[in-house]
Amino acid sequence: MTKYILKRLGMAALTLLVILFILFLLLEFMPGSPFNDEKLSPDQIANLNALYGLDKSPVIRFLIFVKNVVLHQDFGISFVIKKNAAISDMISSRIGITIKIGLQAILIGTVTGIVLGVIAGIKRNTIFDTLTTIIAVLGVSIPSYVFALGLSYYFGYKMRLFPITFDIDDTVRSMVLPSIALSMFVIAQTARFMRMELIDIFKSDYIQLAESKGLSNLKVIIRHALRNAMIPVITVLGPLLVGLMTGSLVVEKIFGIPGIGSLLIQAIQVNDFNVVIAIAFIYSFLYIFVNLLVDLLYGIIDPRIRVQGGGTNA
Amino acid sequence: MKKILRVNDLRISFKTNSGNVQAIRGVSFNLFKGETLAIVGESGSGKSVTTKAIMGMLANNATVEQGSILFDGNDILKLTKRELTKIRGSRISMIFQDPMTSLNPTMTIGKQIMESMLEHRKMKRSDAKIKVIELLDLVGIESPSKRFKSYPHQLSGGMRQRVVIAIALASEPDILIADEPTTALDVTIQSQILELIKELQMKLKISIIFITHDLGVVANMADRVAVMYAGKIVEYGLSDEIYYDSKHPYTWGLLASVPDMSTKVDMLYSIPGTTPNLISPPVGDAFAYRSEHTLKIDFEEQPPFFKVSDTHYVASWLLHEYAPKIEMPEHLQRRIKLMLSEEY
Ligand SMILES: Nc1ncnc2c1ncn2[C@@H]1O[C@H](COP(=O)(O)OP(=O)(O)OP(=O)(O)O)[C@@H](O)[C@H]1O
Ligand SMILES: [Mg+2]
Repeated sequence: MTKYILKRLGMAALTLLVILFILFLLLEFMPGSPFNDEKLSPDQIANLNALYGLDKSPVIRFLIFVKNVVLHQDFGISFVIKKNAAISDMISSRIGITIKIGLQAILIGTVTGIVLGVIAGIKRNTIFDTLTTIIAVLGVSIPSYVFALGLSYYFGYKMRLFPITFDIDDTVRSMVLPSIALSMFVIAQTARFMRMELIDIFKSDYIQLAESKGLSNLKVIIRHALRNAMIPVITVLGPLLVGLMTGSLVVEKIFGIPGIGSLLIQAIQVNDFNVVIAIAFIYSFLYIFVNLLVDLLYGIIDPRIRVQGGGTNA
Repeated sequence: MKKILRVNDLRISFKTNSGNVQAIRGVSFNLFKGETLAIVGESGSGKSVTTKAIMGMLANNATVEQGSILFDGNDILKLTKRELTKIRGSRISMIFQDPMTSLNPTMTIGKQIMESMLEHRKMKRSDAKIKVIELLDLVGIESPSKRFKSYPHQLSGGMRQRVVIAIALASEPDILIADEPTTALDVTIQSQILELIKELQMKLKISIIFITHDLGVVANMADRVAVMYAGKIVEYGLSDEIYYDSKHPYTWGLLASVPDMSTKVDMLYSIPGTTPNLISPPVGDAFAYRSEHTLKIDFEEQPPFFKVSDTHYVASWLLHEYAPKIEMPEHLQRRIKLMLSEEY
């Protein structure tokens, strides 16, 4: 098992490096420059480029970046947004809120999704099932910014239940609407998956056997159906995270949340290369890390995967 | 002989998109205490539906049109859900066909066996655990205390079926229903499992309903045999009466299709024709279209049961006093004698 985890960690690190390298190459083709003040002469721009190391080839810059991150946890400095400020400081003051909202969205999303999916799976072809299907279709097909706008209009502007834009003095209530907006996609996906899985599982022989033991329906569902239905649901958590990340960019922007998503958008708009790279790096890191976690979790829930290599066969 | 279960004129239909499937069309039989009753018939004859009715586990689209299933003074078909769960898995339990899919893949086998003990017998966990290990030993699983924590995928098919049997026995039931418990296993494992079931019955004195489509499988274990065709029992008798002196052409067909050691696989006999459509079943004898010995009346009226002996009944017009006398074909008799002497 340890060997397996080490191997996976190695692969994850390698993937991260490749993504980063591609990022450096791509930025080379991005139009514009961080120094586009009209008052600057070409000479001055060349000086600035040399000062910040932008005259070097992307490969060299990639290597320097990796070295600084690995040795000093240093992501370089910002050119534009906050002149000469350390990006690691900018990020560490903003990443907390992004992660908090993301986690809340996942939590709200999976719990609600599982509950809805279970109800739909059990009460098949009833009004509950239809409602869940409608929610699932809407949740998948409507982008999260539409939910964000809708929620902020209705609950923020009309009912005045929650702040419309982020309020430093009331962070808890400020995070409610963004978390819900982001969670819609997660709700939809988990509900759909859970329902499908349960319907399959209810047809399976081992559920019949569990019923034949004289267990109540509730016990059959909780002990035998749910755990087995969870396995595939966990596998979609990874891909869901992508939706969550892209969603967070827009949702942070709409609610004016001081997280790294809105920072990334700002950085892209003003060509603050280092900030773009640093945040893209962090997003990739989170994504790879969570996927790794999901795989390991999968092994814990599904014994058929857990004992691979160590199993005995009779 | 004490009757432990009595099925009385059972009629069950299923609603489907293409119409009402009349799966069980008047089935009656008795199960006697400590005996094994084999229910034999081709695919689709209604064997599983009958057992599911006894377990109170009919599909949602099923309707019981008529009949009763008497167990312990109660009609199982009239029990509430709660009353049913008290009988199911505790007094009547079931072994399923495919051991590869009938165990929960994410629960240890120990827990799966323990579950019905804790449910029905209100045992302490620690006592139940000891009992599980005894049971695993009883069904022939080696180093049972180590196996307690195994997951199904760590066991072979034969071992899994032993676990399924242990689950069925966990609550010390009065009746064990085995629905084709060996069909999914290969031949050597199959005979081991049959041996085990036989042994267990002798030790535990339970009554068994054994479902199969192969009369050869139950030759050495059934006390009585009920032959089913198209939702009806067509012949019912003591084991010897069925194997040596059966009267229904369908039973002959089933006997002829039992594979034996000398038959090459490609020479296996199968009854010509197919089973009738049960959405609009034939007015007369459902087997008439496939039989070599069809009478005119077979197409007009369903045959009643003719009594051959106190224990042997046959639903075929061939038994009517005016019908031509037709006996079990001689070559078949010879073959059966050979087969049964072969130490199956
Ligand atoms: N839920 C259901 N809905 C509709 N028809 C059904 C249902 N269950 C069983 N049937 C029908 O009832 C008839 C009897 O089925 P049953 O499963 O009892 O056959 P069987 O004798 O057990 O056959 P096999 O040897 O293939 O297991 C078949 O025609 C089958 O199609
Ligand atoms: Mg069947």
